[in-house]
Amino acid sequence: MTAAATATLLTPVTDDDGAPFWEYAARGELRIQACSGCKRLRFPPRPCCPYCRSFESEWRRMSGRGRIWSFVIAHPPLLPAYAEQAPYNAIVVELAEAPGIRLVGNLVARPDAPLDSVDRARLRIGAAVKVCFHRMGSADGVTVPRWLLERP
Amino acid sequence: MGALVKDATAIVGIGQTPFAKRLDEPEKTLACRAILAALDDAGIDASEVDAFASYTMEETDEVEIAKSIGAGDVTFFSKVGYGGGGSCATVGHLAAAIATGQASVGVAWRSRKRGSGKRPWTDTQVQLPTPAQWTRPFGLLRPTDEIGMLARRYMHEYGATRDHFFNVALACRNRANQNPAAMMYERPLTREMYMTARWISEPLCLFDNCLETDGALACVITSAERARDCRRRPVYVHATAQGLPAQHHGMVNYWADDPLSGPAWTAARHLWKTADFGPQDIDVAQIYDAFTPLIPLSLEGYGFCGRGEGAAFTEGGALELGGRLPLNTSGGGLSEAYVHGFNLITEGVKQLRGTSTAQVPDAATCLVTAGEGVPTSALLLRS
Repeated sequence: MTAAATATLLTPVTDDDGAPFWEYAARGELRIQACSGCKRLRFPPRPCCPYCRSFESEWRRMSGRGRIWSFVIAHPPLLPAYAEQAPYNAIVVELAEAPGIRLVGNLVARPDAPLDSVDRARLRIGAAVKVCFHRMGSADGVTVPRWLLERP
Repeated sequence: MGALVKDATAIVGIGQTPFAKRLDEPEKTLACRAILAALDDAGIDASEVDAFASYTMEETDEVEIAKSIGAGDVTFFSKVGYGGGGSCATVGHLAAAIATGQASVGVAWRSRKRGSGKRPWTDTQVQLPTPAQWTRPFGLLRPTDEIGMLARRYMHEYGATRDHFFNVALACRNRANQNPAAMMYERPLTREMYMTARWISEPLCLFDNCLETDGALACVITSAERARDCRRRPVYVHATAQGLPAQHHGMVNYWADDPLSGPAWTAARHLWKTADFGPQDIDVAQIYDAFTPLIPLSLEGYGFCGRGEGAAFTEGGALELGGRLPLNTSGGGLSEAYVHGFNLITEGVKQLRGTSTAQVPDAATCLVTAGEGVPTSALLLRS
C-alpha cells in the first residue's frame, strides 16, 4: 500500500446488527434500534432486547438533536490520516429525545469540513448540537453522522 | 465458595526481568526467565508445575512455556481476556483451581514487548466490528482517547481537576524514584513538568499515560499447606473476584446508564463480601494505573471513598508513603513498568513480605486491582 492509500480515515467495519444504522445514515436518517415488544431503545444494536428478551426490533428515527456529553482533543501519535487533522475533537453526543443513548462523533463546521474545523474554545459539555451526514472517501463511501453546533 | 478460596492458597514465588524501552530477547525468552526466577524464588522445581494462567493477549502459549521450562503434566490452564483487566484473574483462576484440587503448583505470567513493539491501536486491519464501528472512524483511536472521554465527564460531574490527576502521577513517580528496577528511577516529576507536558488526548497529558515497556513477570501459587515449606514467607490469596457489570460496554462505556460506575464496583462487591476485612483495613494498594483517572474511579469503586470523592481523596499526600492509602509502591504502570499490571501483583507480594523498596511498615493487607474501564479482576492479599 502506498503512503497516500493508507492516509485515509477509517471507515466503519459494520456487522449484522449494526448494518441498518449505516444504511439509514446513507439516506440521511439517524435511526436507533428499538425493541418491537417493549419499545425501549438500545445502543449499540444487538440481536435481542436486554430488557424483555424479544428478538423483534425496529429502527426508530431520531430528531438528530442532542447535547455534548463529553469530548477529547486528540493529539499525535495517531494514525497518519488522523495526525494530518490533529489536534481534532472527538465528542460523545447524548440524544435529546433519548437520554442515555449516546453517539461518538465529531463536531465540524460543515458536513464535509475537516475534523479540526471548529474552534476548540467552542467545545463544551452541554452544548446543543444537531446531526449532519458526511460521505467518507469516494462516491460509494460509507456515510457517517457528524455534528454541527445549533448556534454556530 | 468464598470460604473455599479464602486463604487456601498463597503466592510463594515472584520473578521478573529487567524493564526497559527495548530488551533484545524475544517475549518467549523473557517469559521463561521470569517464570524460572519465580520458581527459584519459591524453591519449587519447574517439573512440579501443573497449572498455568495468563492473558488472552499473551502471545506465548502454555505449550511453549511448559516445554521450554520443563514443566510436568499440566492439568489446568486458563487465559483471561480484556487486556489489563485480566491481570488479577490469572492468580484468581489458579487459586480456585488449586483450592478445588485441580492442580497443585500454578504459574501466572505476562511477557510483553510493548516498549519496542507496536502499539495495538495502530492495527487498522484487525478492527473488531463491535464496538469499533461506533468509535474508531471518528478518531477515537486509542485507549487514552477512550478513557480521556470518561475523564472529561468525571471532571465535569465531580469538580475533579488536573491537579488531582497530578497527585496520582506524582505518587507513582515518587515511589519509582525509590525503586532501582523502575524505568523512571532517576527521573523525578514536578508539577511544572506535568502542567506544561504535551497533550496526548485532552484532558490527558503525557504524564497521565502509562509507560511503554519491554519486560516479563511471573508468580507461583500453591496450597497454603505447601506454602509453609517454601523458601519465602507465604502471601495468602484472601479473596479474588472478576467484574463484568450489567450493560457494560468495555472501555467505551458511554452507552451504559451510568458510564462512570465501572467494573471496579462489581468486582469490589464480591471481593468485600467474601473477605474478613474491609477497605478501611487495607495497608497498601496497588491499583491499575494505565491512566491517572483510573485511580479516583477505582478508589470509589473499591469503597475507599464515596461516589465522586475519588479525586478529593488524592489530596494532602493521601497516596504517598505515610498517607491514608499508599499507592503503587513500585511506581506502578505509570512509573515502574507497564506490563499489563502484573508488576502490581508482584509489588503486593513484596509489601507483604516486607521487601519493597518503598516499604509500608508492617503491611499485612494489600488490594491489587486489574484494569478499570474494562471487564476487570482484583485480589486481596494478606500476610
